[in-house]
Amino acid sequence: MNIVVCVKQVPDTTVVKIDPVKNTLIREGVPSIMNPDDKGGLELALQLKEKCGANVTVITMGPPQADLVLREAFAMGADRAILLTSRAFAGADTLATSNALAGAMRAIPYDLIITGRQAIDGDTAQVGPEMAEHLHLPQVSYVVDCEYKGGNNYRVKKETEDGYEILDVEGPAVFTVLASGYKARYMNVRGIVEAFEREVEVWTEQNIDVDASKLGLKGSPTKVKQAFPKQTKAAGQVYELEPEQAVDVIITKMKEKFII
Amino acid sequence: MDFELTKSQKLFQQMIREFAEKEVKPIAAEVDEEEKFPTENVKKLGKLGVMGIPTPKNYGGAGGDHVMYTIAVEELSRVCATTGVIVSAHTSLCEDAILDNGTEEQKQKYLPKLASGEWIGAFGLTEPNAGTDASAQQTMAVEDGDDYILNGTKIFITNAGEADVYVIATMTDKSKGNKGITTFIVEATTPGFSIGKKEHKMGIRGSATCELIFENCRVPKANMLGKLGGGFAVAMKTLDGGRIGIAAQALGIAQGAMDETVKYCKERKQFGKSLSQFQNTQFQLADLQTKIEAARYLVRAAAWKKDQGMPFSADAAMAKLFAAETAMEMTTKAVQFHGGYGYTREYPVERMMRDAKITEIYEGTSEVQRMVIAGKLFKK
Repeated sequence: MNIVVCVKQVPDTTVVKIDPVKNTLIREGVPSIMNPDDKGGLELALQLKEKCGANVTVITMGPPQADLVLREAFAMGADRAILLTSRAFAGADTLATSNALAGAMRAIPYDLIITGRQAIDGDTAQVGPEMAEHLHLPQVSYVVDCEYKGGNNYRVKKETEDGYEILDVEGPAVFTVLASGYKARYMNVRGIVEAFEREVEVWTEQNIDVDASKLGLKGSPTKVKQAFPKQTKAAGQVYELEPEQAVDVIITKMKEKFII
Repeated sequence: MDFELTKSQKLFQQMIREFAEKEVKPIAAEVDEEEKFPTENVKKLGKLGVMGIPTPKNYGGAGGDHVMYTIAVEELSRVCATTGVIVSAHTSLCEDAILDNGTEEQKQKYLPKLASGEWIGAFGLTEPNAGTDASAQQTMAVEDGDDYILNGTKIFITNAGEADVYVIATMTDKSKGNKGITTFIVEATTPGFSIGKKEHKMGIRGSATCELIFENCRVPKANMLGKLGGGFAVAMKTLDGGRIGIAAQALGIAQGAMDETVKYCKERKQFGKSLSQFQNTQFQLADLQTKIEAARYLVRAAAWKKDQGMPFSADAAMAKLFAAETAMEMTTKAVQFHGGYGYTREYPVERMMRDAKITEIYEGTSEVQRMVIAGKLFKK
């Protein structure tokens, strides 16, 4: 069985700033991390690997330095890594990105494709579902649990706004995973040592069969109107109390702050 | 010349820092308060390969280096000095001792179990009458057929009781002084070996520190580590490596105390402004961070020299001396900056100050480090 996991290198948005003129993220000096939902997706793939001996390929589209998240994936237990990098992909919105990734998928054997729900630098949650559409595959988004049922069959728990759904799915399919469902394993020390000795395959637009007009800036209808950093709020205090006691606490606090 | 960590060292730092923050820090106060050996976390560290970082892959290790190992001890000690010393004593004093001095059979037998964390390692040199004067060993090993019979007592042994295998210094020929010392690998299940009194300590309280008792403890000759009479050299070389680990522990404690102090000084307001806005705070902490950074370079340079196969004895001594004294100074100041709160167990700096003190004492006191450094100075 072959599982392909799409991961993205993202700036750690807890420390990110926005360029007020260009409306883009200022990446300098901001640590780059593997997108948390993607890491959860990789964890699901690695758990499936342990259950049914799957071969796990990780793929990322990004600048050359995005290679680092693939090394991290190796250190967690991935078998193969592909870096999709070229100027032709630059400036891609979710549509162009999903076109490029779908093109790569057509060149890789897969029984299951896993992505994170969304990346913390864009929060769109569009790339996984769009890719599934391009590939004419069934998709389950917001996956928080997945039970392997033999063959290429899965019982998947999908989070919804007011609860969850449980679906039986036959692959090939696309799952988009929530980090809250899968606590990612730590990298293994030997894996870290070996990660930089292993080969990351570097692919360009030459390796995928996608029309050039669908890639990069040319293939991106999205225009960013405005970008802004999330306002940080103080951590706050959490009380777990019966309603009557809670009322007392709220009133005391409001009095303390001279609100009432 | 390159002061940057390698890519794999950086990736490792990212992993171990995350592990320390998520798994170690939340239980650090409890480990201290209840004198609780953090068994679960040690098992997790073993699974990840942290209990055998510099051990080669063919012996079941991670195949990393000693710089990585110091990063592990530093990052763990930054949040819990107990966890740091467990890894340090295990790796430097037992695993490295066997790797550097063992026969092929000994390496095959012990290293895979130690590197995977299935077994924990310890080292026994100190005795009631042989502390800094390690040559005054009274634990005797007497040849008997294919075995040696050990009798005597070791004290203050880190990881004792939790460990499955011990490297033990003994006297095989009293008339020869230092040249009469021989080291053995002793398994915890050997008849005649037992654990004595457990110490109640000021700091690193979750780390098990006990007495070892040998009563007609029969150890096969095949377990002799190094040559007959070569034990003093084995012990001193092992301690040289161990000092790099303890220096990394001290460095971690110092950085941890700095992190806590910076956080506190930003939050704490007096006279209408935060403590961090007072120049006294800024200058004192600037000086201390300079010392911490200097300690870090000394620690990594010593580890790097060990990895390169270069002499590192004086480097390890300097790293340990400076890092330990920096840890003591930093933690004392950290408590001072926290004021009354710093003296309570509500804040971790109180524990850090208690933990720091031992780094000036074990694996060679600061005075011993000065002896080693001066010895090199005047040998020329």
